Amino acid sequence: MDKTIESKKFAPGSNGGSIRRTIKYENELDKNFAKKIADIAHGEAMYNCIQCGTCSATCPVSHYMDFTPRKIIAMVREGFKDEVLSSSTVWMCASCYSCTVECPKEIKITDVMYALKREAIAGGYYPKHFPTPALATSFFDQVKKNGRSSEGPLLVKVFLKTNPFKMFGNALLGWKLWKTGRMSMKSEKIKDRKGFAKLLNGLDKVKEVAVK
Amino acid sequence: MSSTNGNGSPRIGFYVCHCGHNIASVVNVEEVQKFVATLPGVIVSRDYKYMCSDPGQELIQNDIKEFKLNRIVVASCSPLLHEHTFRVAAEKGGLNPYYFHMINIRENVSWVNTDKVMATEKAKDLARAGIQRVFFHKPLIKKEVPINPAVMIVGGGIAGIHAALTIANAGKRVYLVEREATIGGHMAMFDKTFPTLDCAACILTPKMSAVKNNPNITLWTYAEVEKVEGFVGSYKATVRHKPRYIKEDLCVGCMDCIDACIYKEAKYPDEFNQGLSMRKPVYIPFPQATPQVVLVDPETCIDFKSRRCKKTCIEACDRDAIDLHQIDTYEEIEVGTIILSTGFKPFDAKRAPQYGYGKHQNVFTALEVERLVNASGPTNGEVLTRDGKKPKSVGIIHCVGSRDAKTNKWCSRVCCMYSLKLAHLIKEHTDAEVYNFYIDMRTPGKGYEEFYDKLLKEGVHFIRGRVAEVTDWALMPEEKDRLTIRVEDTLIGTVRRIPVDMVVLATGLVPRDDAQEIRRMFNISCSNEGFFLERHPKLAPVSTFTDGIFIAGACQGPKDIPDSVAQAGAAAAEALSLICAGKIELEPNTAQIIEKDCSGCKSCIPLCPYSAITFKDDIQKAYINEALCKGCGTCVAACPSGSIIQNLFEDEEIFSEIDGLLKFAGLETGALCSTEMEVQ
Amino acid sequence: MKYLYYPGCSLKCTGRAYEESLLAVFKALKIDYTEIEDWNCCGATAYMAVDEVNAFSIAARNLALAEKQFEKEEEIQVIAPCAACYMVLIKTMKYLNESPALKEKTVHALKEAGLNFTGRVKVRHPLDVLINDIGIEAIAKAKKHPLKGIKVASYYGCQTVRPYSTFDDQRDPQTMDNLVKALGAEPVDWPLKTRCCGGSLTGTVAEVGLPLSYILLKEAARHGADVVVTACPLCQFNLECYQTDINKKFNEDINLPVMYFSQLMGLAMDIPQKELGMQRLFVKPEKVLKTVKGGEPAYV
Repeated sequence: MDKTIESKKFAPGSNGGSIRRTIKYENELDKNFAKKIADIAHGEAMYNCIQCGTCSATCPVSHYMDFTPRKIIAMVREGFKDEVLSSSTVWMCASCYSCTVECPKEIKITDVMYALKREAIAGGYYPKHFPTPALATSFFDQVKKNGRSSEGPLLVKVFLKTNPFKMFGNALLGWKLWKTGRMSMKSEKIKDRKGFAKLLNGLDKVKEVAVK
Repeated sequence: MSSTNGNGSPRIGFYVCHCGHNIASVVNVEEVQKFVATLPGVIVSRDYKYMCSDPGQELIQNDIKEFKLNRIVVASCSPLLHEHTFRVAAEKGGLNPYYFHMINIRENVSWVNTDKVMATEKAKDLARAGIQRVFFHKPLIKKEVPINPAVMIVGGGIAGIHAALTIANAGKRVYLVEREATIGGHMAMFDKTFPTLDCAACILTPKMSAVKNNPNITLWTYAEVEKVEGFVGSYKATVRHKPRYIKEDLCVGCMDCIDACIYKEAKYPDEFNQGLSMRKPVYIPFPQATPQVVLVDPETCIDFKSRRCKKTCIEACDRDAIDLHQIDTYEEIEVGTIILSTGFKPFDAKRAPQYGYGKHQNVFTALEVERLVNASGPTNGEVLTRDGKKPKSVGIIHCVGSRDAKTNKWCSRVCCMYSLKLAHLIKEHTDAEVYNFYIDMRTPGKGYEEFYDKLLKEGVHFIRGRVAEVTDWALMPEEKDRLTIRVEDTLIGTVRRIPVDMVVLATGLVPRDDAQEIRRMFNISCSNEGFFLERHPKLAPVSTFTDGIFIAGACQGPKDIPDSVAQAGAAAAEALSLICAGKIELEPNTAQIIEKDCSGCKSCIPLCPYSAITFKDDIQKAYINEALCKGCGTCVAACPSGSIIQNLFEDEEIFSEIDGLLKFAGLETGALCSTEMEVQ
Repeated sequence: MKYLYYPGCSLKCTGRAYEESLLAVFKALKIDYTEIEDWNCCGATAYMAVDEVNAFSIAARNLALAEKQFEKEEEIQVIAPCAACYMVLIKTMKYLNESPALKEKTVHALKEAGLNFTGRVKVRHPLDVLINDIGIEAIAKAKKHPLKGIKVASYYGCQTVRPYSTFDDQRDPQTMDNLVKALGAEPVDWPLKTRCCGGSLTGTVAEVGLPLSYILLKEAARHGADVVVTACPLCQFNLECYQTDINKKFNEDINLPVMYFSQLMGLAMDIPQKELGMQRLFVKPEKVLKTVKGGEPAYV
């Protein structure tokens, strides 16, 4: 059983001859997961999904995802929390809203993806060097502090967090941008940073109300 | 004010039902019975286990005779269930049935309360209210109206045809009014029907001939109903005959005029062939049209535009049947019942722009492909793309316009089956690779699942996935210059791109554009979706809320041919049931205008949902047609001068009931009614 | 009609040319605009990925600032050129108006910062303002050099038209095409007008992002486009600045100029190229400039 058949012709998604046991028991599911994710504005529509697959069909990057958007909705509904939050899907989503527009049940799929992104970050489900969540969190921190995002310092920060060597690969692009005046290392800030901080603190103070 | 209302001072018999445990387990029925016995006017007060049973009803009848009762009150279940039962019992006992009043202490008391004391008090209050009310009941008489045995059927598709034949064969006169130049409806356009693959024309045309030949059916094609007046049993309809410019009784359908037409080439899109072929200004919809008569299209005929045509058609006609000066004519008919079988309209594929209909030339609707596969269609049965080639692969997309919050929420019921049928026919005609893209495969009818099974054997590809887009941009050499369908194959679990030569859109069924106008003309309702509304979705699918008007077929909701025929038979039976009875009784709880009090303000007229109120210009007063009135009470409440009253809901009746309810709280209304009753 | 102008972070950095050209066009068409004072980042797509209520609130701060600045005006209209900013602001307006709980939280938090939100603001896209407020005829009249013979592929991207935009069709938008026609150029009918360019994926997950932009460039070129115009700074960045990487990865030689629609407008209206930020382009739009008088651009 530990002998894998030698062959170079294994298709992606197949087991290549090795044995993998796939079964899901009820006690491994998170029965509250669906409710938590559906707790966003207009989130109840998610329960009406008929699994038609239009979202996956129209998503321009669904063929790169490990679980297509349709599968994600099915898995969220049933409580496959770990699989969903550790998938690459949520980080591949570019928020193009094609799925939301085409869905015949008017499910706000992009918003579900955002909710999953938030859960994944909050639960620490993403590998630290994965660029997309690193971009999101760095962006968040920068805007929280300064009130504006500054693309130059942001990109540097993200590269440092994920893959410093990539910076060399993008050096030419960076130089061209700088020469055309489209890149600066200046940190943009708003004037009323105090008021901005008060705004964000004010939100923390307000009791957690379901955003319906 | 003494309330004798015609038969002496009130002698009331009161009966409270145990209804087994349903009422008695919560309400102390003996206490109620004893309490009511103390009320003025009550001669007999009993409790019994099952009032609706035969012994229970006999109890009422015997008591009426023995104690000379002239009012009956029963406290039991909902009037919707047994009011009729007890009214009949009272009538059998010799009383006018409207001297009976029913109180609901089951749905309104025992089934919604757990506190026995409170429940019993409530039952007592309701009983007292009922007792006080029944004093004022009047001996109403049900009105009878006769039923004219003639029937008008609007719409000559398969449903209308079947209903017409059924009623005509029962010996009654039928007026079948069809707005197109031929009967047959959508079924005449199909090639084969599922699941038997019967040729549609082969099974339809005998019925069409039967209609033409039946002496009891007056077939009016190219005619529309203009106005409908009256009520059940006596409807008066005005029918407009549109001019064909052909004398129908002279034309034999030889079609020499078409050959002789000044247009050597057909130039105008043929509607029957969905625009896939051309016709001339003089034409016949299809070869087996019934009646077999041609017609002239005034929009395209040269003579209408310039009055200077050589009129070679008239020359060619040796029966002198062409008359280019015809005009609209009107005819009035009197019928007792009407059946609406006006059918459906296919969903406009342009409303789903992501599938490219109208943009990419080789995207077709299902109806267009029906015409293509039909041997008498525009391509003589060859399935060809719009650039004349035989397709090597065809994609059929299910649920176009259906099951979609943005277009139609409903499932159109027939598309899965006809998509399977088209898959089979296309494969038969072209041997192409056929792909059906579906969300669910809906095959509920008799033989339908077996049909699906047959298709699976034929090697048709069934891909479960709703298509997001039909596009012409290519990602692989195999896709260049073809239409590519991007879909998620949900069962296998991968995204796929499938290039095809032809795309067929399984468009859904929607209500016809003028459904709202038609329903107003006939005084019926439409549902939210726009289809005609049935009286009850389960128990009364072919009747409407307007007595005497029935609906059948796809105009009531999307359905296939077997169901349309079944509904047509059902509607015919309901109509025949009225006709055989010869008369219909109307409930007397109608509203009436007290003429001397009516100020002629006309406030009530637009409020009536049943269009039952008209204005008598000569005396400047409103008038309510009892036969149309359904007793909803709107006009009664709205009348500013209080000059409308409603039988069974007159002011004294209502106020005494309120008074009875509020008495225990010490809130005497002291209103209209006196609480002093004459007691024997 | 007075408008408020919300540039957004990109328009001050990689999308500088968009601001420069758009404001120059506004000035030429005499559109009265004022920048919102002390505006903050709208949150774009990234903020929502970390905290939902925060994201709505910081976007709402801009709307509250707009309400404060134009308190006395009858109508408060904010022009947001960047597609992401436009979408975020409209989404915020919609969700706050539809969800009382969310609105309550946000209003409460904004009060801490001394601001108020009532939902009066109308968020407009510059294309919407140009086509519907100024009008096609006025724009056609304002052009001095009809861009004859130039085939232009209008690329709308995702968030200009999806999911909330009200001024154009979501699947087959026409405003930019009509604008291009009014400038005398020939709009190209191509099927990928609204297909995603990859957004930030071109930078973070290039393997996924680059092919998306590549497909767009190839299809536009295949349909004969001489230039692609966009309405989003990230789309412009992806389509233009990554052409070297795309060429390397896919063994191509694509040299398709990608401009902002406002730059195209400015060229047709004879606004000096430096004012339109033409020098910031990576790929020289030679053919376009040849039809314009004195077409000697200053380039990298």
